[in-house]
Amino acid sequence: MKTLFNSGHTACAGCGQSMAARLVIDAAGSNTIVCNNTGCLEVFSTKFPESSWGVPFMHSLFENCAAVASGVESALKYLGKADTVNVIAQAGDGGTADIGLQALSGMLERGHNILYVCYDNEAYMNTGIQRSGLTPFDTNTTTSPIGVNSTGNIRPKKPMPEIANAHGIPYVATASCAFPLDIQRKVKKAISIKGPKYMQIHVPCPLGWRHESSQTIAVAKLAVETGLYPLIEYENGVLAAKRQITPKPVEEYLKAQGRFKHLLKNPEEIKKIQEIADNNIKKYGLKVETQQAA
Amino acid sequence: MKEFLEGSMAVAKVVQLCKPGVISAYPITPQTHIVEELAQIVADGHLNAQFVNVESEHSAASVVLGAEAAGVRSYTATSSQGLLLMAEVVFNIAGMRLPVVMTTAVRAISAPINIWNDHQDAVSLRDAGWIQLHAEDIQEAVDLHLIAYKLGENKSIMLPVMVCMDGFLLTHGVETVNIPSQEEVDKFLPPYKAPYKLDVENPMTLGPLVDPESYMEARFALNETHKEALQLIPKITADFAKIFGRTYNGLIEGYQLKDAERVIVAMGSVCGTIKEVIDELRKKGKKIGLLKVTSLRPFPANEIYEALKNTPKVAVVDRALSVGSFAPLAAEIKASFFGKTKKPKVISSFILGLGGRDITKDSIKEILRLMTSKERQGEFIDLKQELLKENYENAV
Repeated sequence: MKTLFNSGHTACAGCGQSMAARLVIDAAGSNTIVCNNTGCLEVFSTKFPESSWGVPFMHSLFENCAAVASGVESALKYLGKADTVNVIAQAGDGGTADIGLQALSGMLERGHNILYVCYDNEAYMNTGIQRSGLTPFDTNTTTSPIGVNSTGNIRPKKPMPEIANAHGIPYVATASCAFPLDIQRKVKKAISIKGPKYMQIHVPCPLGWRHESSQTIAVAKLAVETGLYPLIEYENGVLAAKRQITPKPVEEYLKAQGRFKHLLKNPEEIKKIQEIADNNIKKYGLKVETQQAA
Repeated sequence: MKEFLEGSMAVAKVVQLCKPGVISAYPITPQTHIVEELAQIVADGHLNAQFVNVESEHSAASVVLGAEAAGVRSYTATSSQGLLLMAEVVFNIAGMRLPVVMTTAVRAISAPINIWNDHQDAVSLRDAGWIQLHAEDIQEAVDLHLIAYKLGENKSIMLPVMVCMDGFLLTHGVETVNIPSQEEVDKFLPPYKAPYKLDVENPMTLGPLVDPESYMEARFALNETHKEALQLIPKITADFAKIFGRTYNGLIEGYQLKDAERVIVAMGSVCGTIKEVIDELRKKGKKIGLLKVTSLRPFPANEIYEALKNTPKVAVVDRALSVGSFAPLAAEIKASFFGKTKKPKVISSFILGLGGRDITKDSIKEILRLMTSKERQGEFIDLKQELLKENYENAV
């Protein structure tokens, strides 16, 4: 299959991010420039002297891809090519929600014609599974370890799609590598819209989440089906679409992964996580039965 | 054309003449007048450029990095804390071999917070891989920007260049300045054609992960390029003189060196004060001179050696510290004579003018008085002894 993200890179078996990155760039097409933060993706796809990328690709630093992409897009405007070349800025969850949030906010606020893609594997995987602002509540990571006084990460995920949406940008979407065609549809839609766009794609990390590498898609699908990872689209600030589900209990998602193993004998904590899912289901109207006709 | 201009206005005008396609900056005193004026120039349609207002210096540097990587000449300016905040990107730009030009309105570093001039910001980033040029006056600041683009964009160099001008003293000072014509600038500085760039017609990966197999070679190449720049700078300043009629060496400049028994080495606007003192004392028969260091990076060690090898007494003026060690410029001047048979008998080191403390003619005369056969090591001039006696235990 012809792709703009070639195989032969060094991602782990079952890496959700490598799948999603390929889906994104193939949907965006060859007329695209990619600016990438430091992280797994840049490390496993560009080890000198090889590169997986069939498009112009630049990695600068951990937190500045949104600003670097702003510079690239400004240069394209100066050259009169802004309407013919797509610019994608992309990063992991730490590079987006933590260290890169300021640069991202600046990019969104300035109105650059850039698609920003956050590959959300819910921790700093490249450095060895440290918690980030997008690590879920009660996750066991190397810096939010379980112990006598700890059931894991103390805070829920930072609401990045809402934060992006609050900038008044034309398009915000979440996606999951369990739904490849949905990713590609959203990327194509995003690049057809002028202005800043934010996409956040749920990408399991078998190493960090501790599931079999063959289970990446199944685990990602459960996150959506339990309501823990709502698939939504905001257009011009309004919730325009959502993937409807018949919600499964969160235990089904939790028990599939080593990072939540400590919770399985702790109904109190599972209840709290079920509440997070229930709130998502209510907030976005995810449940099939409660849907009004579209 | 000769104009009576504030330094910042003069720099904005010369940057306009260099025609950058992307300008990005974040406000910090005393850099602001430069970028305000450029914003107005763009708003008035006198320059076709994208002016990108960013949320931090880190992003300002990242924007010009991205613009240069897309093959477009770009410009930014900063100062002090701003330069430190962008430090990570500053190193990255040099390693990525992108010929950004940046003005640093050279200023002190916090704490204590202080908005006035010394050299601590720029000097602290001397190892970032940028070519770093220091201006003595507004005219030189203007001219160094032209030289900076010409030098950085040279295919054998491809390095960013920082033009340092003393905060307030030069950015807010007013002098008669010769602003070149667009025709002259176009003759000297042709449009930028990037040898490599982000281009959908010819995709390449920039900024890859480089492991121990190749990293050393990339850093070696960066270091070698600075050696090439040492050779190229005088050639570029010679070309500059042909078109603009002003002569610079670009690396170092001597003033009354020929028979000088005592020579002060310095960077930036303090050189003007030193020259005044020299003129005054030469009339009284004192054989004193000045060696101005224009290029801190690349460091012209051989040129400095040649200029001072027969000078009996040398004093180095530092307006920055390398806390816990020798003063930064003094250490490098001394290193230039290491292992040589011909060298000054005494190289003394003085610290002055930190955080905007005025450097007067008397400050310079004090240095001259202390240029005896006894070597002085990092001696502070114009210290207020009464303030040093204060003790926090007595604070209310």
